[in-house]
This record gives sequence, structure tokens and C-alpha cells, in this order.
Amino acid sequence: MRASLSIRQGAQRSTFALFLLLAVGVMLIGKADPALYERTRMAIADIATPVIGALSSPVAAGAELIEEGKHLFVAYDENKALREENERLRRWHTAAQSLESENARLRGLLNFTPEPEATFITGRVIGDSGGAFLRSVLVNVGGRDGVRKGTAAVDNNGLVGRVAEVGQRSARILLITDLNSRIPVLVGESRERAILAGDNSDLAKLAYLPPERSFGPGDLVVTSGHGGAFPAGLPVGVVIAAGEDGSGELRVQPFLAPDRLEFVRLMDFGLTGVLQDQDLGLASQ
Amino acid sequence: MSGSSWQNFDVTARNITPSLLLLFLVVLGQLPFSLPGDSAVTPYFVLMAVFYWGLHRPDLLPASVVFLVGLVQDALEGEPFGVNAFVLIAVYWFVASQQRHFGDRSFMVLWLVFALVALVAEALRWLLVSTLTTTMIAPWPVTFEYLMTVALYPVLTVAFVLAQKALPRDSGSFMD
Repeated sequence: MRASLSIRQGAQRSTFALFLLLAVGVMLIGKADPALYERTRMAIADIATPVIGALSSPVAAGAELIEEGKHLFVAYDENKALREENERLRRWHTAAQSLESENARLRGLLNFTPEPEATFITGRVIGDSGGAFLRSVLVNVGGRDGVRKGTAAVDNNGLVGRVAEVGQRSARILLITDLNSRIPVLVGESRERAILAGDNSDLAKLAYLPPERSFGPGDLVVTSGHGGAFPAGLPVGVVIAAGEDGSGELRVQPFLAPDRLEFVRLMDFGLTGVLQDQDLGLASQ
Repeated sequence: MSGSSWQNFDVTARNITPSLLLLFLVVLGQLPFSLPGDSAVTPYFVLMAVFYWGLHRPDLLPASVVFLVGLVQDALEGEPFGVNAFVLIAVYWFVASQQRHFGDRSFMVLWLVFALVALVAEALRWLLVSTLTTTMIAPWPVTFEYLMTVALYPVLTVAFVLAQKALPRDSGSFMD
């Protein structure tokens, strides 16, 4: 009895050791051949997509119900605030219309080459890894729907991220708050060039700023279109003063709200930019 | 004849329950449960299951399943391949080997042990991801995830206990 137990324990121990070694092997192979690892990953994601997709609808519906229930309690105040906002927006709408027509006329005068027309693919966010390590979401559209790597992903607030990996029927979007996300942006009215860098927190940093800053909290951050990966002018977020300690550090509060991300539009501008299809291993650099 | 094959099916179904549960928890971790106003950080559900079954019924959860589930999680979360497989197998090994010492302790003690094991597991995961991506990953989200995992362990334990009660009691008779 005792002998058989110890034999079994020994066998068990070597099984564990074997799998531990196997895991190390997998990590090393993944490091050596990121492309293989990416293909495998998206293949697994493709298989799981229908399951996660089916399960995520009721979850999203439940979350929405809770959210709506909360709204019920603040409906009166919210209504008042919205009416005021509506008033303000209507004025802006008129302003925007006149500016748009003026813009069109001026562009006509200058013989300006317009930006390429965008095509949209809309996908539903089905998977949110809730990543402590990665800020990314899985959407239910993929290569067969025409999604390409490097495409900009937006929701109705602004830029969400970019397509980092594409499977057959799913794609992974790297959010702008991810550690690996670097996006060329313009800040404020002076249109200062900077790089928006995520650090896995809800706020993003501005990197490569000139020593003299000409913008402050409240200024808008938009994509610059440098590098040719993204179209110019997509709203990204606003500058806020982070740190109450008066260190004067400026951060960017993205318009992206990961907890309310339900649908994203993948905008294909026909820009190939710096992200070619053969440029693999985006997420594992 | 049909009775015995039905019984076989029943036994098989019960024996693979923990494995299916593990797979289900991986998928559960992917669903966009968003606490409104909070950036979504999902607890490490699978770790709880591996800890529980390793402690109570390791005979029903093959190490190969734990390994594969770890790989599936890596794939779905977008973490470097092998990280979760490594962490889960390491935890499973430790827990299964300590089964004799902890098997019949009170729940409070087990919760404390889980808190320690989860701490090591999350630290290991953080270290591996940081090393493999050669970037210093911000420790905040991981810490938050760790706290949520420890806090939710009792809730999932209730589910595991219910599942375990539906399983064949005798560990030796079906597997050997």
C-alpha cells in the first residue's frame, strides 16, 4: 500500500515536472517565433469566439440593465443637464455647419487633396481580458470580414485602439491605454506633436514633448496621422493635471471608456503606413 | 446493457466535470463584466479552481488539462504563451503535494493559504510577463486583480463544493 502510494507520488511528480518544462519550452518558442505564437493564439480565439460571443450578449444585457436601473434614480437631474447640453450642442452644430461649408469652399480654392474615404467594419466587443497585463479586447469580426492589421478602431467617443492581431472571425484590438500602445498625436491649439503612450492604467502619458509646453489641462488630444497608420484628427482624449501633489505632471484622459465598450468601428482608410501585414509580432515585441 | 452504458456515461460525465469547470472559468474571465466606472480587471478564476480541486480532488483533474487550460487562457488574454500554463501547473503541483497537510483544515485556514498561494502566483505571473515582454509592467492592476481574486474565493468555493457533492465520492475506484 505504502509502496504503491510512493510510486504513484513519484509518477505524479515527474508528470508535473514534465508539464512545467513544457511550459518553459512554450514560452521560449513563443519568444523565438512570435509569428507562430500569434497564429496559434488567433486560431484558439477563433474557436472560442462563438462561445464567448454567445455568452457575452446576456452579460452585456445584464450590465446594461443595472446601468439603466441606476439611471432611473438620477433621471430628473440628468434630464436637466442633458437639456442644457443639448442647447449648447445645437449652437455648436450651427457653428460646425458654417465652418464645414467654409472649409469646403477654401479647400476648393486651394485645390486640396482630400483624405482617402474610409470604409467601416463594425464589430461587437465579445471578450475583455480584464487584463492586468494587457489592455486589449476581442471583437467578433476578423479576416473574413476584411479586417486588416493596423486598422484604427473607434467608437462614438473617439479612438479606441488599433487592430493588433487578426484571426478568421475574430480580431484583437490593442487599446490606447496598453503598455505597448504608441500613437502620434497633436495636443492643444498649438498642435504640439507628441507620442501618446499607454502604461496599462486608465490614463495615458505624453512622451517626446518639447521642453517648453504651450498647452495645459483641458486641451484636446487628436491623432496626428504621422507614420501613416492612423488618419489625422481622430479625437483621443483631453489633457488633465495628474497628481494632486502639484508635481505639474500632465496626463491624458482618453475618451475611451473600456467598461462601456460594446461596439467598435474598424476604419479602413486604405493606409498601409508603418504596419504591414508581414510586420508580425506586434503584441510580443 | 443500456443501463451499464448509461452508468458509464454518468461516471465519465462526472469525472470530467472539474476539467469542464476549468474551461468554463477561463471563458467566464473573458466576458466583459464591467463594474461601471471601473476599468475592468477580472479576478483569476482559474487559479481558484486549480487550488480547490488540487486540494480536494486532484484525481479528477489531470495535470494535462491544467496545462492546456493555461494555454487557452494565454491565447484569449493575449499574454505571452506559456505564462498561465506555467503558473497554474506550479500552483497545482504545490497544492496537490500539500494535500495531506491541508486537506481537512477549516475554511479560514484554507482561505489564508489561498491568499498566500495567489500572492506567489500573481507575482510569478507578473515577473514572467515583464521578463518575456522586456517591459516593466505596472504593478497596480495585478495587485487589484490579486485582491479581487482573494476576495471572491469564498464565493467560488461554494460553487465548487456544490459541484464536488455531485461527483463520485471514492477517489480510487474510477480512476485506477
